[in-house]
Amino acid sequence: MTKMDNPSKLSRRAMLMGTGALVISVGAPLSVDTLLSIDQARAQGAKPPLTPEQLSSYIAVKADGSIAAYFGKMDMGHGLHVAIAQMIAEELDVPFKAVTVYMGDTATSVNQGGASGSTGIQFGGKQMRAASAEARRVLVDMAAAKLSLPADQLAVSDGVVHAKADATKKVSYAELIGGRYFNVQLEWNKQMGNALYAPGKAQPKKYTEHKIVGQPIKREDVAPKVFAQEDYVVDIKVPGMVHGRMIRPPVAGAVPVRVDESSIKGIAGAKVVWQNGFLGVVADKEWGAIQAMQALKVEWSKVDPPFPNQAALYDHIRKAPVRKRAVEGKQTGNVDEAFKTAAKVIEAEYEWPFQSHAPMGPACAVVEIKGDKVNCWSGTQKSHFVQIGLAAQLGVPLDNVHVRWIHGPGSYGRNDADDCAADCAVLAKAVGKPVRLQYMRDQGTGWDPKGPASVHIARAGLDAQGNVIAYDFLSKAFSRVDVNTNGSKLLDTLAGHTLGVPLKSGDGFGVPAESYAFDNKRTAWETIPPLLERSSPLRTSHLRDPVGPQIHFASESFMDEVAAATNQDPIAFRLKHLKDPRDIALIKAAAQKFNWDTRPSPRKDQRGDKVSGRGLAYAQRAGTRVAVIAEVEVDRSSGKIYAKRFTVAHDCGQIINPDGLEKCIEGNIVQGVSRTLWEEVKFDSKNVTSVDWETYPILDITETPEKIDFVLINHPELPPTGAGEPSTRPVAAAIANAIFDATGVRIRRVPFSPEHVKQALS
Amino acid sequence: MAETFTLNVNGQTHRVEADPDMPLLYALRDDLGMNNPRFGCGLAQCGACTVHMDGQPIRACITPLSSVGDAKIVTLAGLGTPDKPHPLQTAYIEEQVPQCGYCINGWIMTAASLLATKKKPSDDEIKSALSGIKCRCGTHVSILKAVKRAAAMMG
Repeated sequence: MTKMDNPSKLSRRAMLMGTGALVISVGAPLSVDTLLSIDQARAQGAKPPLTPEQLSSYIAVKADGSIAAYFGKMDMGHGLHVAIAQMIAEELDVPFKAVTVYMGDTATSVNQGGASGSTGIQFGGKQMRAASAEARRVLVDMAAAKLSLPADQLAVSDGVVHAKADATKKVSYAELIGGRYFNVQLEWNKQMGNALYAPGKAQPKKYTEHKIVGQPIKREDVAPKVFAQEDYVVDIKVPGMVHGRMIRPPVAGAVPVRVDESSIKGIAGAKVVWQNGFLGVVADKEWGAIQAMQALKVEWSKVDPPFPNQAALYDHIRKAPVRKRAVEGKQTGNVDEAFKTAAKVIEAEYEWPFQSHAPMGPACAVVEIKGDKVNCWSGTQKSHFVQIGLAAQLGVPLDNVHVRWIHGPGSYGRNDADDCAADCAVLAKAVGKPVRLQYMRDQGTGWDPKGPASVHIARAGLDAQGNVIAYDFLSKAFSRVDVNTNGSKLLDTLAGHTLGVPLKSGDGFGVPAESYAFDNKRTAWETIPPLLERSSPLRTSHLRDPVGPQIHFASESFMDEVAAATNQDPIAFRLKHLKDPRDIALIKAAAQKFNWDTRPSPRKDQRGDKVSGRGLAYAQRAGTRVAVIAEVEVDRSSGKIYAKRFTVAHDCGQIINPDGLEKCIEGNIVQGVSRTLWEEVKFDSKNVTSVDWETYPILDITETPEKIDFVLINHPELPPTGAGEPSTRPVAAAIANAIFDATGVRIRRVPFSPEHVKQALS
Repeated sequence: MAETFTLNVNGQTHRVEADPDMPLLYALRDDLGMNNPRFGCGLAQCGACTVHMDGQPIRACITPLSSVGDAKIVTLAGLGTPDKPHPLQTAYIEEQVPQCGYCINGWIMTAASLLATKKKPSDDEIKSALSGIKCRCGTHVSILKAVKRAAAMMG
């Protein structure tokens, strides 16, 4: 069994016999030979309710003394479950291997927000740590009663409570409660999702006592992956299941007006599901569903092409009406007045395209409806929200919907997974059979919610001595929440859009997260309406480090521009203005590791076509801070950029697992390079034309950075903050700054494809 | 019209009744119930469906069933087992390569074919052999480390 097993995946017998997972209630003991699953135990009232204020909602001790941890978040590939198990084992004083983390199953965990905002450890781990500390306290109290010793004279080793003075006086967790549930109330803050916090009376350990937290423990779920023993969501099979495929319009916004079902009549089990603008097919076999999708004759409504010429995208953003404006972050002084007194004003604009999640495979979901009971298997990042969405969509009570998160084909935010679950539920309800729906490649890349395109305008006012006296930064962009970041409302899914439910596009963006202290400073954002309100392949939502790469590409490129304009070394300039001591220490650590040569950019010592340079960018993110130094090679004749080497300094407070952290950062850097150098969703007036890996290229293995060096700054005395996304944030600016250092040319539009770079250099 | 095909997969013989134009991928997944390889693009652009056909890596998503004949098909599950792992599988575990792991058929099966024919390939030879395969999580640095580690293990 791996650290991340999903209980509902296991057969009941395996669960009860093989792993000793019989769990019955403290309050209502059942006879030992009454073998119950967790679901059955709950149905009989033998388990306290699955609510946030119950300790049993997070931690249980199985009959064999091993620990089951029920986690309302899930791992998107960074090995989160390992870190969570470390935090739990630490607090409970059990071996790391004794802990199994069950993730993202709505039947066994409460809504801790799912995979969201790099909060897996920051918030999810915080709760599991508090619950584990409380579980240990309760167990020691139980042992004190059993051993007739005061609790303060007891210690715990490897799940055995014993007298400090006499280790032979002992009782194990298994003997105390194994196979039965805790019935202990926690102090719940009445919040659901990321903000949920429900500690008990116990205080977690001091960091100086940590033995398991901080260790580089490896993932146990790698082996099942490389031996092809692990089920992904695409592998789930349910008896009687048929296969579904969706059909999307050739012109965005068009709806079917005539569908010729006879065009697919030769295909086994082929059926059309057509409801308003929703059009899908099912067939007995997967290949049949694909053939039906391809063969179905559909006449679409005539609609005006909804999109501007792609070349005019950034002009469109600049001219579009502002739907919402917000000034955020720390504001100082009077920016407009200060600019009036400036001796010199530096101004620059930056542009970032729509980007696709483009996961390895398009989304897949399985939905089974049995009367008023619903089962769903999904690669969603937020199974508890999908549960809410499906209950409303299908008109059944929330508790009747069981959503199991199963690994999907990669996930970096609000991708197409939640759309797929809702589409699949429409199909399953319509045909009265369980349906497995997987999108096709062109639908995955072409129709997923996109990372928003944006324009960023930065201005700095300098006095006669070149000091920055005013700084103004504005992003104008499509919203990060045009569709919301979870599937709890049908209106935020493509199914809701095509079915015609009333819509509500949200507004949100962000401002640079840094600690530059300028006397007069303003940071703001403005959002514009979507290009197409309903069923748009360019609807926008969260893509890894939502809006962080865009904003910091602009703000950290601009800091370099100001440094260059005032003939200062880019790091020396930053250190002069940064106020946060951890930011300063971070950048100094990165510079030292990289062996940074202090001088202004650009280099002036290179001739010829092949030139190289280095650039730094840094950012904060919800308590974490990251500095990235890129070394790049530029081929002036081809425009090709090679992001050769990176040095990353990373401070996320307490480090739970340094090896896991490095892997997490490594992926973020490489994906960040891909997004910076290659990624841009292309479209014409009718539709998105980036529909596969040829039309939406990503980084190739031949372009892999040669080396990534890490400086992991550990602050064990501080709470851990997130690492899932922050390190992708400064990558684009670090590369842009390195290109400027190499060439003296500033590139202000992503992606830095050879075509764009060559144009910029000419 | 459906025809009957005899497939040799991981050393076992299976009979499949299907449309001759159906890609091998669907026979493996849907008819034989195998959970590897996987659908990534259906266009031979990503590698997620890669299997060996007589030792050569092929993209099962575009390989019609009618073209398989009596070729020996090997999938990732047939490459090695926890008891008898292929060096690449061992190296993948040692280097802790995958994040989501959906892409690994492409990398491991293609690299296995390279290492079967080329002892101690250079970095450029490894990259060139693996060029075009996709990983979206950005594990490329670790993939290269693992292939080099496996090459060293294979002497």
